[in-house]
Amino acid sequence: MKPGRFTYHSPRSLDEALATLQVYGDDAKVLAGGQSLMPMLNFRLARFEHLVDVNRVGAEYAEPTFGDTRITIPLLVRQRRVERSAEAAAVLPVLTEALQQVAHPQIRNRGTICGSLAHADPAAELPSVLSVLDATFTIASSRGVREVPAEEFFLFHLTTSLEPDELLLQVSVPRPPANQFSAFSEFATRRGDFALAGVAAVCEVDAAGVVTACRIAAAGVAPTPHRLTDVEALVTGASLGDDLLPEAEAAARAQVDPTGDIHASAEYRSRLTGVLVKRALADIRGKLEATRA
Amino acid sequence: MRDHATEFPTRTQDETHTVGCTVNGREYEAVVDPRMTLADFLREKLRLTGTHLGCEHGVCGACTVIVDGAATRSCLMLAVQADGAQLETVEGLAEDGELSPLQCAFKRNHALQCGFCTPGFLMSVTAALREESVTTEEQAREVLSGNICRCTGYTGLVKSVLEASAGKDAQA
Ligand SMILES: Cc1cc2nc3c(=O)[nH]c(=O)nc-3n(C[C@H](O)[C@H](O)[C@H](O)COP(=O)(O)OP(=O)(O)OC[C@H]3O[C@@H](n4cnc5c(N)ncnc54)[C@H](O)[C@@H]3O)c2cc1C
Ligand code: FES
Ligand code: FES
Repeated sequence: MKPGRFTYHSPRSLDEALATLQVYGDDAKVLAGGQSLMPMLNFRLARFEHLVDVNRVGAEYAEPTFGDTRITIPLLVRQRRVERSAEAAAVLPVLTEALQQVAHPQIRNRGTICGSLAHADPAAELPSVLSVLDATFTIASSRGVREVPAEEFFLFHLTTSLEPDELLLQVSVPRPPANQFSAFSEFATRRGDFALAGVAAVCEVDAAGVVTACRIAAAGVAPTPHRLTDVEALVTGASLGDDLLPEAEAAARAQVDPTGDIHASAEYRSRLTGVLVKRALADIRGKLEATRA
Repeated sequence: MRDHATEFPTRTQDETHTVGCTVNGREYEAVVDPRMTLADFLREKLRLTGTHLGCEHGVCGACTVIVDGAATRSCLMLAVQADGAQLETVEGLAEDGELSPLQCAFKRNHALQCGFCTPGFLMSVTAALREESVTTEEQAREVLSGNICRCTGYTGLVKSVLEASAGKDAQA
């Protein structure tokens, strides 16, 4: 048997899950899809006295809801569920695009969206996507419920503002306006691998083709999703013309300070970030033109 | 994992759990340690050794089985989590001793050499073909991308997926 010994808890309701975490939180780990946690346990990179398996807290937490003003993704929504949802593709295409690049279907079948966010791997796609979608993270414990925006949720490598007795109950985003266009671009050495860098971008564009709002975040180049505020400022108020794209590329390169590792040097990663920003903006321009054709 | 609520919150690490599940249409029940993975459960408790283990961290795909209709890494799931589940493993593909069309395609196209990776490929592709047909080589490579083979060149695998999807006759 690969993992070390632990006590297994399988709460049958949210209240029971929160009560279990209240008792054992300091020595416990939440088990959602297990696609990040199980490899760590199998390799004994981590050991926990208690595992709190949240998979049976209730089927109502396994479906996204598409409300008039907000889209909500509770803790048991599998990545594949959203990836294959026509409604999600229509409303949040950037999420669909990014999900297709998260590992392989066999992993996404079990991996949850909230699990990926709670895991907060800097190279993961979803934290950046939810950052540009202006997400609100709803966090529950037996002490109550609180809400935090993305900037306050992601703190560092594999570190979020979740306390040991807390669950990420759901993540929700405002329903995007009709004039919002988005794109996700990444580069990975092999399909399904973590990206060397990734970029999520959303732009709101007025009737004259001028960008009125823009949010861009990069993955894999900093300990948390990295908002490229200089690029956002450059793009906002401009139209996505031929001269803007190289400027955005240069601004993106200048605004990241990645670390190098065996997969890619720091210099390569910052150049890549620039290229990916340019690709994402070109993609957005293409989508915009397609709606006007 | 029955009557858990009544036991809450006094569990210990020495506690065992009873898992009841259906594998390839047959019902099984076994007592497991909570840290036993689904892969070890299938191999060691149920003696269904067709499911192979390569990396045990989700990368190679050799351990892929179908859980409640979805292709899943059995090395990344605990046996206790499969309580009440419907499982399909490579042992269930052949019917009455007849290989499935996909298995026949693998055989015909030399899609296996040592065969270590084969059960995982077969289960991944079986699940993928139930979702949608595969008509291009690019789609086939995409379907195969979650599994690793160290000794074939993937060409036979790609051909097999395309043939099985097109429903080509098993004898050729
Ligand atoms: C081979 C392989 C390739 C992969 N490639 C990629 C990739 O390219 N991109 C990518 O982004 N990911 C990748 N992953 C990771 C995958 O996406 C995971 O599914 C995801 O990171 C974690 O989600 P999970 O539901 O499986 O969480 P788990 O593994 O169950 O949990 C992960 C962590 O989050 C905590 N947690 C989970 N849910 C909650 C919650 N609701 N509240 C509080 N804490 C919680 C757990 O305690 C644990 O610390 C890969 C995984 C594998 C095995
Ligand atoms: S053994 Fe499970 S994926 Fe390699
Ligand atoms: S046939 Fe040997 S690993 Fe694939």
